[in-house]
Amino acid sequence: MSGFVPILPQERQQMLAAVGISHPESLFDPIPPEVRWPGGDTDPYTAPAQSEMTVIRELKALADKNASTASHACFLGAGAYDHYIPAAVDHIVSRQEFLTAYTPYQPEISQGTLQAIFEFQSFICRLTGLPIANSSMYDGASAAAEALLMTIRQTGRSKVFLAGAIHPDTRAVVRTYLEAQNFIVEETPWPSAVLIWPADLSGYAGVLVQNPDFFGRVHDLASLVAAAHTAGALAVASSDPISLALLQPPGELGFDIAVGEAQVLGNSLSFGGPFVGYLAARESLLRKMPGRIAGETVDRAGRRSFVLTIQAREQHIRREKATSNICTSQALCALKATISLALLGGSGLFEMAAQSAAKAVYLQQQLVATGLFDAMDSQPVFREFAVRLAGDAQASAESTLARLNAFLLAKGLIGGLDLGTVHSSLAGCWLLAVTEKRTRAEIDHLVAAVHDFFARAGKEASV
Amino acid sequence: MRFHPDQTPDPDTILVFERSQSVRPSRLLDPSDVPAVDLTHYYGPAARRQPAGIPDLAEPEVVRHYTALSRKNFGVDSGPYPLGSCTMKYNPKVHETLASLPGFAGAHPLQGDAASQGSLELMARLEAQLCAICGVDRFTFQPSAGAHGEWTGLLMIKAYHESRGEHQRNVMLVPDSAHGTNPASAAMVGYEVRQISSGPDGMVDLSALEAALDDRCAGLMLTNPNTLGLFEKNITRIAELVHNAGGQLYYDGANINAILMQARPGDMGFDVVHLNLHKTFSTPHGGGGPGSGPVGVKSHLIPFLPVPIVAQTAAGSYFLDYNRPQTIGRVRSFHGSFGILVRAYAYILANGAAGLREVSEAAVANANYLLARLREAYDLPFDQPCLHEFVLSGTRQKALGCSTMDIAKRLIDYGYHPPTVYFPLIVKEAMMVEPTETETREGLEGLVEALLAIAREVETQPDLLHDAPHHTPISRPDELKAAKDPILSR
Amino acid sequence: MSNIPQELRYAKTHEWVQLTGNLIRVGITDHAQCELGDLVFAEAKPAGTPVKPGQVIGSVESVKTASDLYSPADGVIAASNASLADQPEQINTDPYASWFVEIELAAADWPAGLMTAAEYKTFIGE
Repeated sequence: MSGFVPILPQERQQMLAAVGISHPESLFDPIPPEVRWPGGDTDPYTAPAQSEMTVIRELKALADKNASTASHACFLGAGAYDHYIPAAVDHIVSRQEFLTAYTPYQPEISQGTLQAIFEFQSFICRLTGLPIANSSMYDGASAAAEALLMTIRQTGRSKVFLAGAIHPDTRAVVRTYLEAQNFIVEETPWPSAVLIWPADLSGYAGVLVQNPDFFGRVHDLASLVAAAHTAGALAVASSDPISLALLQPPGELGFDIAVGEAQVLGNSLSFGGPFVGYLAARESLLRKMPGRIAGETVDRAGRRSFVLTIQAREQHIRREKATSNICTSQALCALKATISLALLGGSGLFEMAAQSAAKAVYLQQQLVATGLFDAMDSQPVFREFAVRLAGDAQASAESTLARLNAFLLAKGLIGGLDLGTVHSSLAGCWLLAVTEKRTRAEIDHLVAAVHDFFARAGKEASV
Repeated sequence: MRFHPDQTPDPDTILVFERSQSVRPSRLLDPSDVPAVDLTHYYGPAARRQPAGIPDLAEPEVVRHYTALSRKNFGVDSGPYPLGSCTMKYNPKVHETLASLPGFAGAHPLQGDAASQGSLELMARLEAQLCAICGVDRFTFQPSAGAHGEWTGLLMIKAYHESRGEHQRNVMLVPDSAHGTNPASAAMVGYEVRQISSGPDGMVDLSALEAALDDRCAGLMLTNPNTLGLFEKNITRIAELVHNAGGQLYYDGANINAILMQARPGDMGFDVVHLNLHKTFSTPHGGGGPGSGPVGVKSHLIPFLPVPIVAQTAAGSYFLDYNRPQTIGRVRSFHGSFGILVRAYAYILANGAAGLREVSEAAVANANYLLARLREAYDLPFDQPCLHEFVLSGTRQKALGCSTMDIAKRLIDYGYHPPTVYFPLIVKEAMMVEPTETETREGLEGLVEALLAIAREVETQPDLLHDAPHHTPISRPDELKAAKDPILSR
Repeated sequence: MSNIPQELRYAKTHEWVQLTGNLIRVGITDHAQCELGDLVFAEAKPAGTPVKPGQVIGSVESVKTASDLYSPADGVIAASNASLADQPEQINTDPYASWFVEIELAAADWPAGLMTAAEYKTFIGE
């Protein structure tokens, strides 16, 4: 028996009998008998129902098998970050009118959702410095892919360039999207120490750059944008939204499209999803833009209203000629980002960003000062940086970082990403993230634990 | 019982940016305890010059603002929401508790297999449940929505044909009744879309299908029951035809709520199946996501699954397997919308087999009850019992001067969310009604009475429909103006 | 009842064609603009674009639908009507004055496969 079905079988039977259906089971007669399940023990799925108490108990037991930010101080980033989520966010989004509504097809009873989408779009425009934004994408990676498809639609060219150290998942997703339609993806040889691109970008529809990049490094992008435009290509920036509190926004730098992962605002890590991508662009690209867009208008009484607009390019109308197949996106996650921004305010966002920058710099300095690591390079970083095992520690690089991370886990710390798992040439390199949530005590504890690990390893080696 | 959205007229809809701003900085964060960095100096030319224009507001103000917005919305908990094809069933609240358990919400996707056994085990168990329920051999959880799942499934079909040297298979067959995402997804995979017409009975026309099948066909996408709520009873023959022509059969699982535990797409001959967890498996719609569109495959397609997949060592521990040489690659970052998977897993556990079986029985019963009660007042283009949803046509009312849009707007006045309108495209003035199994008796009766009353109003007081809705914060927004002179941000 | 000028020719995809020397002008018919509803957007491919029959030469959008225009002939776009983008509603009010593109043909003759006014009238079922 389903706990969520209000009408009991007997009453269902009576209702149907009253309208002339005396054998409700016959409603399933169109199903060929050879594929029909009889119901009962011979069915392919026979699990019993569970009470709510049991479901909670079982799921809690599973959750308890995970390390998490509740039990550990997290120094791992690589595209998903442990930022502070204001307590009021979850209270507001759990209001059923936000949580259980669907796409605002009927604007008169969806002004809440529509205005919230409009506010999300507006926040993204303010952060990126570009005039138009859509209601969200699945994640930053698919947003980047769809942005590059836009550059192809706009220019008629069929290849794109990925410049510099872009997140491996973004690169992989871009390839899947573009190569499915026989477009060509070229990139800076990975992993790139310097942000480089071909001298001649003619023939490319678009160039994608991530800033801060996968290694947390911040670049001056003006010359890349100029090179792209000279060649008639569009420039696409993948930018972390929190970093945009401190860095020149893509719109100011002349980028045509900005994308990114907005999980960092108001959304928990949740083992990788649901996350939320954003996509913003300059005005002339409006009709090439995928996804839903909310617009402002007035109603018959002249009252300010919000509606889904420019829908003629979407899948339900254009079908195979649509700008994209996207239908459901990540509305509630975008709402969390919106409310989080409203609660933090500009000053809170700045503080979050400034602390992330300062604490990352502090950890970077402390780790290098141990002599166990070298900085990977000298560029400024935001919230994240890579270090390389120094000298003797480098000798057994392949397993060292894995063992280090296991050691740290037992001490209540989630260590950085072993970059050897991303690319063999990066064996011995460690990618660490520090957000405003990390205290000086936690950072110092990490450094001490690292020191401890190598001290023990040294003792073992010398025995 | 009836829901009325906030009736306070709100001529000056204030945006969060337009509220009076605080001079008090937020005190959400601890002050920093590390040395400060001179940011302008540190970032040099890359440093921001002008502030971003994010307002500072006091918390009570923000909470009032978004609370007021929520009160203008209609959700599943507000009242009947018979939006056909979307399966607006009740979202169990325990799921929100479970998804926010710190062990789940605070797990980093890259923290390593050893530290993630809980998440990986949940994914493995959910995969096993869904394989049993759908009759397939493996699932991927990477796709973030149904359309995303369609595209992923089609990519695997494409990879399969290419692995067998059949590069000429670049046409995908799609029924004319299909959801728009089907042809859109096919186009994004580089397929040419060939439309198959429905017969007068609303089902796939077998002779049209036979004529369209050739060695250029990669496959057929099918929703079953279809978007008219009718079960493709020739499915065995359809599967035979498609497979004999060398094609693959794709199942759009949007309507699987109708046949849960009654039959399995895998048994019907489908090679690839996508599910919409935010439809069938009760995860909340969120105003337009996040959803999740897992894709299930038969064994011959397993090599092409997106990477990584969840695997188990001999010792029984779980790990993410990245060693997949024939994978189609990644379709999104990390592992999928795990938070949504938690809710679906809990839903299946709570229901068990008998509970899921009752879901389809009750969904089909409720839909047929509404169909029988409404057919006198509204045209029923396909006059036969339906499964979990059915399509009415407002042609009779249109002839009297009231469109389906007018009927939908008037239904809002009665306190109900309208059905899906103007879809599927093969029915004029379409209204697609899907009550779901979680609708109450009160809700069903109220919806019937309202629609019958409106049908009478069409004849006696049509202006009530033309001017509807009357009790909502706004009415009949100017969509033409919104499209002609777009204002997309402030 | 839509307006179907006698001196023009018509494509199955609801474009009208006007021939002057070896130039044709192309737009959408009264029937088409009526079906589409109030237009919010229109664009035409730029001058200099070579075209073949069936290739897209422009597009229109209303609130609820979008549609492409197709070239009836082989040739090169000689001129593109820039005023459409600012005032798409002119296509609704005067579809036959609202040309999208002028195409220069190889020969000074009607492209193949077009219907006369009478044939188009039958085609759209009027």
